[in-house]
Amino acid sequence: MPYDSILNWIKFTDPMANPFYPYIKGGSAVYNLPYDIGHKLWELIGGAIAWLVNLLFPGNGVSTFLVGNDMFVNLISIVLMVVVIFAVGFIVNITMIWEERKILGRMMDRRATRIGPLGYLQNIADGLKTFLKEHITPAKADKKGYMWAVTILIGTSVLIACMIPLSDRWFIVDYGTGLLIIFGLFAIAPLMILVAGWSQNNKYSLIGGMRAAAQMVAYEVPILLVFASVSLLAGSFNINDIVHAQANSTWYIVPLFLGFIVFIVSAIAEAERIPFDLPEAEAELVEGWQTEYSGMKWGLIMLGDYFRGYIACALIVIMFLGGWYVPFISVEQQASWLPEIVFLLKVFLVFFVFAWVRAAHCRVRTDQILNIGWKVLMPLAVINLGITVAILLAGGILW
Amino acid sequence: MPEKLIEAPTAEEIAAGVETEFSYTTVLKRTAVRRMYFSCDRRSIRALCQYLKDAFNFEHITSLCGVDWTDRLQVVYHLSNYCTGMVIEITVDIPNDDPRIDSVALIWEGANWHERETYELFGIVFEGHPKLERLLTPQNYEFFPFRKSYKLRGQE
Amino acid sequence: MMPDDRTMWITMGPQHPFSHGLWTLKIRADGEIVKDAEPVIGYLHRGWEKECENRTYPLIIPMADRLCYSASMTWSHVYCKVVEEAMGIELSDRAKYLRVVADEMCRIQSHLMWLAAMGTDLGNLTVFLWALRERELFLDLNVKLCGQRLTTNYPRIGGVRNDMPFYFERDCLRVVNRFEKMIWELVAMMDESSIFLSRMQGTGIISRKDAANYGLTGPTMRGSGVDFDIRRDDPYINYDLLDWDVAVCKDCDSYGRYKVRMEEMFQSCDIIRQAMAKLESIPKTEPTRIKVPRRVPEGTHFARLEDPRGESLMYLVSDGTDKPYRLKVRSPIFVNVSASKHFVNGVRIADIPAIMGTLDMCLGETDR
Repeated sequence: MPYDSILNWIKFTDPMANPFYPYIKGGSAVYNLPYDIGHKLWELIGGAIAWLVNLLFPGNGVSTFLVGNDMFVNLISIVLMVVVIFAVGFIVNITMIWEERKILGRMMDRRATRIGPLGYLQNIADGLKTFLKEHITPAKADKKGYMWAVTILIGTSVLIACMIPLSDRWFIVDYGTGLLIIFGLFAIAPLMILVAGWSQNNKYSLIGGMRAAAQMVAYEVPILLVFASVSLLAGSFNINDIVHAQANSTWYIVPLFLGFIVFIVSAIAEAERIPFDLPEAEAELVEGWQTEYSGMKWGLIMLGDYFRGYIACALIVIMFLGGWYVPFISVEQQASWLPEIVFLLKVFLVFFVFAWVRAAHCRVRTDQILNIGWKVLMPLAVINLGITVAILLAGGILW
Repeated sequence: MPEKLIEAPTAEEIAAGVETEFSYTTVLKRTAVRRMYFSCDRRSIRALCQYLKDAFNFEHITSLCGVDWTDRLQVVYHLSNYCTGMVIEITVDIPNDDPRIDSVALIWEGANWHERETYELFGIVFEGHPKLERLLTPQNYEFFPFRKSYKLRGQE
Repeated sequence: MMPDDRTMWITMGPQHPFSHGLWTLKIRADGEIVKDAEPVIGYLHRGWEKECENRTYPLIIPMADRLCYSASMTWSHVYCKVVEEAMGIELSDRAKYLRVVADEMCRIQSHLMWLAAMGTDLGNLTVFLWALRERELFLDLNVKLCGQRLTTNYPRIGGVRNDMPFYFERDCLRVVNRFEKMIWELVAMMDESSIFLSRMQGTGIISRKDAANYGLTGPTMRGSGVDFDIRRDDPYINYDLLDWDVAVCKDCDSYGRYKVRMEEMFQSCDIIRQAMAKLESIPKTEPTRIKVPRRVPEGTHFARLEDPRGESLMYLVSDGTDKPYRLKVRSPIFVNVSASKHFVNGVRIADIPAIMGTLDMCLGETDR
């Protein structure tokens, strides 16, 4: 076959037929969309490469290895899958920033983003701008803490954002303890903000770091209690199970409305957004714990902040708003739709509330924020847990 | 100390009060509607201010400024009463070779920065001021820029 | 600082988001609590008073505009007023009412600028942009009246530069009427937000006695319960012929100062309407400006009026030439900021912008 067709190399095999297919549950393979996309991408790219190599050196072993070796194909597919998941998370994030800027613009009666169609490319332009900024490290800063703290902070934020499933076919790993792991990684941030604020050798950033630590510790307890009540009601920490439990009974916003309120307030505080953005209160602390970060470091911190906003919104959608399902329509009927889009639309809707709150409110004060956390949200979260237990004792959600 | 406070004094009451208490040192130059103009000796300025505050309710010092008359320096006080809208102007002459005067910053705290400013711009020392340092100009200035001896460009 | 002292000095300024200009507030903080404070000014000192001694009287009017960008009308007014008193000139009624209209427009736009800055100090950008949106209309009126948005250069010694342009009255009343409707949006945004109230109420308390003693003036003083307004108690340019109220609040805290300023804007709208009605009844042929001599007779004079920020006073010493011998400016903010350590003592760092914001800083007139 001197001039064989490229289609001989691109066959679009079934990814689940691969013996190294990673997603096996109870003996049968579970379909995973990003893996499938990664697999197909490699079929295209790898197939083309293999075809070219085979044209130059007919009958060589490399070509067959590239598309024929199951283990190698699986490895490459996983790498591409991670890239796909990150790219989608990144695009979602950029869209959220764009959404917020547009909404704030409308609410504040001013022009919002202007570059590109509907101003969508403004964030890209801003990203490029921060790339071109000078990279400054303060002379007396603690270099290790200064760089590592923020690296870990951004890294964990992106990691959790990628770990959030968009549907029962779009996930990295189907954890049994999904919520707990997400929350555990989420809670690394306050410590890293404290370290970052301290290592900059700047009084403003130190105060900002201390504020962040105090605030986040205060708001993690109610969040944990809400997590507990949701998973008690669903009977699992697994995100898939929680969503399916809601599809089978009702959205948990109905029985756990109190918990929903507690969680949405705490989530805004955890994501450091107005009215709870004390750690970076620009009126008194210049830029809070980010004061001495410049250039793309600062740009990534901003991006990380929005990733955390995305995580908060996604958790609200998963725990209270029925995940990727639309109510009153059977789950089987919805399987042919795009549940990922449903999920993301819900996330954007929740984020609209976040932006709305931001446009409407002033910043609260340090002592007030702790008062709200410990004296209001904490009792409410306990009452919410009590309601959950009462529902369970009555035999679960009865309708 | 006066025995009673007149909250809304008339010009006649003030003139009579000042005349009895400070007849040797204070002169009423002229009056107008809601305005009185005194000149005072520098030794009794603090007592006069205290008296006007305690007896006639002049609880606000509007301004305090220096004037360089080249043959002498002058400090001008504007005191005002919230009840009548009356403003009293007191001018105090200070000799050039001994530019010192008692501070009123302890009577009205509002006079604090005015006195610091007058000190740095005219070199008039306010004795008893809690913190007489340069305020607007750098600390290492060794001259007093608002005196007439400091020429502006084109004034030579 | 003692070695075992747990406090630290933080230098807020001169380039700091809260300072609204170039000044420094050094605070000694124990954690979040402010133990002591020390304001530092002088970064903008340009020897304004000394500069004036080298200029003829009319040349100082545009300089007076630049004392404060958002109160330019009242600053050039007080300068013209002191020169008129020195010359013994009485203005025509038309010029007086035109000055009333211009001053009150200036007061509203200055208070709106304050409200906008207050919004950013509290972290609410919506208030900032909405207040600036309303302010823009008043600046447009300024353009119509005197051709300039901020540094207006409108009052003249002996009157005002020009009479009202065509349709100015109609436009002015339209803007005022619209403003009175739209400002309720902002009031709803702030007064009905419990977060805003909790930030403002009970912070930055200055008692009535202290307010008088520290020399505070203007809305800052009236927010502490001092019932004094130069426009009413020492009237000038026919303010005594108009029917309006002095806004006083006995709360003594940041919220009191906020309420006083909001109320003053409504009162200013009333004053503008009444002055416009009076202008209607005065024949257009009446001069708006009187010819004045170039030289001012020898003597010392002072004039004071109610600036948007407080009591502004100018003290003029003239020696009979066409240049002032000495011109002293008493700036309200200069005194108000000297009391800033009493405002912030014992509060939290987070409250400093909220409290200092209610002073309505303007550094041009402070440092002169």
